[in-house]
Amino acid sequence: MKEVIRVSDVVTRFGDNLVHDRVSLGVREGEIYGLMGGSGSGKSTLLKEMILLLRPESGSIRVLGKDLARLRFEEAAWLRRQWGVLFQSGALYSSLTVAQNVGMKLREYTRLPEKVIDEIVRMKIRMVGLPDHAAGLYPAELSGGMVKRASLARALAMDPRLLFLDEPTSGLDPIGAEAFDQLILKLRDMLGLTVVMVTHDLDSIWTIVDRFAVLGDRRVIAEGTLEEVIRQPHPIVRQFFWGARGRLRSAHGQ
Amino acid sequence: MPTSQIEGAVTETKEPPARLRLEREGRQWLLHASGRWTADRLDTVVETLKKAPGRLRDAPVTWDFSGITQMDSAGMMLYLHYRDELARRGCRQAVTGRSKEQEQLEALLLRHLPETTPRPASLGSRLLRPLENLGRSTLHGARDLRLFLEFLGENFAVLAHALAHPFSIRFDAIAKNIEDAGVRALPIITLTSFLIGVVIAYQGAVQLQKFGANVFIVDMIGISVTRELAPLITAIVVAGRTGSSYTAQLGVMKITEEIDAMRVMGFEPQRFLVLPRIIALMIALPLMIFYADIIGIFGGMVVANLHLNLSWSEFVHRLQNVVEVKHFWIGIVKGPFFAWLIAVVGCFRGLQVSRDTESIGYYTTISVVNAIFLVIACDALFSVVFTELGI
Repeated sequence: MKEVIRVSDVVTRFGDNLVHDRVSLGVREGEIYGLMGGSGSGKSTLLKEMILLLRPESGSIRVLGKDLARLRFEEAAWLRRQWGVLFQSGALYSSLTVAQNVGMKLREYTRLPEKVIDEIVRMKIRMVGLPDHAAGLYPAELSGGMVKRASLARALAMDPRLLFLDEPTSGLDPIGAEAFDQLILKLRDMLGLTVVMVTHDLDSIWTIVDRFAVLGDRRVIAEGTLEEVIRQPHPIVRQFFWGARGRLRSAHGQ
Repeated sequence: MPTSQIEGAVTETKEPPARLRLEREGRQWLLHASGRWTADRLDTVVETLKKAPGRLRDAPVTWDFSGITQMDSAGMMLYLHYRDELARRGCRQAVTGRSKEQEQLEALLLRHLPETTPRPASLGSRLLRPLENLGRSTLHGARDLRLFLEFLGENFAVLAHALAHPFSIRFDAIAKNIEDAGVRALPIITLTSFLIGVVIAYQGAVQLQKFGANVFIVDMIGISVTRELAPLITAIVVAGRTGSSYTAQLGVMKITEEIDAMRVMGFEPQRFLVLPRIIALMIALPLMIFYADIIGIFGGMVVANLHLNLSWSEFVHRLQNVVEVKHFWIGIVKGPFFAWLIAVVGCFRGLQVSRDTESIGYYTTISVVNAIFLVIACDALFSVVFTELGI
């Protein structure tokens, strides 16, 4: 299957702190790919490098065939229209309503009539399972789960090919997290998205992620499907999946 | 990674934009759609479609989708929107050449499309909006006033408690705030008060020279700077500098829930954050006014020396003789009052910040505007009172 993202030998350093030491992984078209690892293992940093927020010290990242280190201005602009990003805390613009947040990219990048934009926005808002009246609310008036959904609607506004999610289920209750996972799965199937998500939610890994990488010791210590990863003898993998929380889930899960 | 994919990606950016060609066969209209119907390449089609409904009234219309290479939901919604528009104008429509994906996309969108669009506000309610806004802002003002009185009440209660238990006063916080609000403000105070002295001296010098009354420049500068200008200018600078920072500091703490964290640990924000700031500013501002007096008079002296040939010693000698010390004390006494107003307003507005980032900017602006207004109003009140008392 075609690879849409290829990370090879990425090294990242913050001051003296080496975060990634030759990290390599690949995301295939149409899959839900998880980036997993403990706090401080550099998952979010890697995600930020994929979406042009940070630059690795060395190594290369290719997204949709383009080398991020050598982008021309128009290519970067083109790439930014091919993806949607859901930030951990939502990052909705607090001075705008949900509808304005969702419609922002459409208003800025297209010359569609206002009415059509309105309809697209309301359709996206419904698609992520928000009630119609949420369109007129400001981010401060939303609950945590609604913020995530609104932010997802914003990420999906331009029908991106790639969707990046930074800990989409953190801060949600288990029922909300489960529903959000199912929503992502449904949207992937409906819209043919490729999804990259940073997560340390084992439930998400069990239920919706097709393949994933485990980051630890500054590198990728395992990559593949759940069956493939779980067979790895690396102590960090074992801690994750055979620690008390992981065992409980596997006893009930499969 | 094979290089062919990189080339593929580059051609993708150059792929032909969406097009729509209108073609007429007898009464029948054919709309040929082609290219990439995706959000970022729809511009020309939008222009074509905007003109279309007028021309196509009551005609049978066939949409031909066979030339479309790719379609996303923006493209589909554009089509759906104009399909409905044409239907309203009595066009019978048919679609040919649609791919399976496009049909699925349409089904998907229709499933999530709200049936009714919200109606724009009626003319009547739009005319009433100014009245509504007036009512709203009146209520808002009344609520602000009530909250402010509550804040003041709490503030005095905390102050009374602090006076009864002097050891509970946060002296280290006060010292730090004096440094931030006072010591660090000295450069800007130096600059502004020096310039004020210079400006006053210049303006006065021209007039006084006409009468040959050069030496009266000393009375003028001595009294106006110590009594009015130094306190007022210093207070305004401090309101802009320290009042805004108080609001922003407390506002950010409110957003990051630090204030809530303090409350649950039993650290009253009034005692730990507000009171030290108020006391610090009430100590710092009179000292800063004293400093501004010196610099302002010095500024006047420089101009008097250069412009009116009044020597330094002459100036100082006359200053001691004609400027009564009460003028100086009046200026200093205003300090704590101004400081109290600035600090109280700054802290109050800071604690009003709600959970979104925009409200920090909003309340910081309000805080500075309020503080400057109150300082000037208070100064006017002092002027009236002192004049009536004959001081």
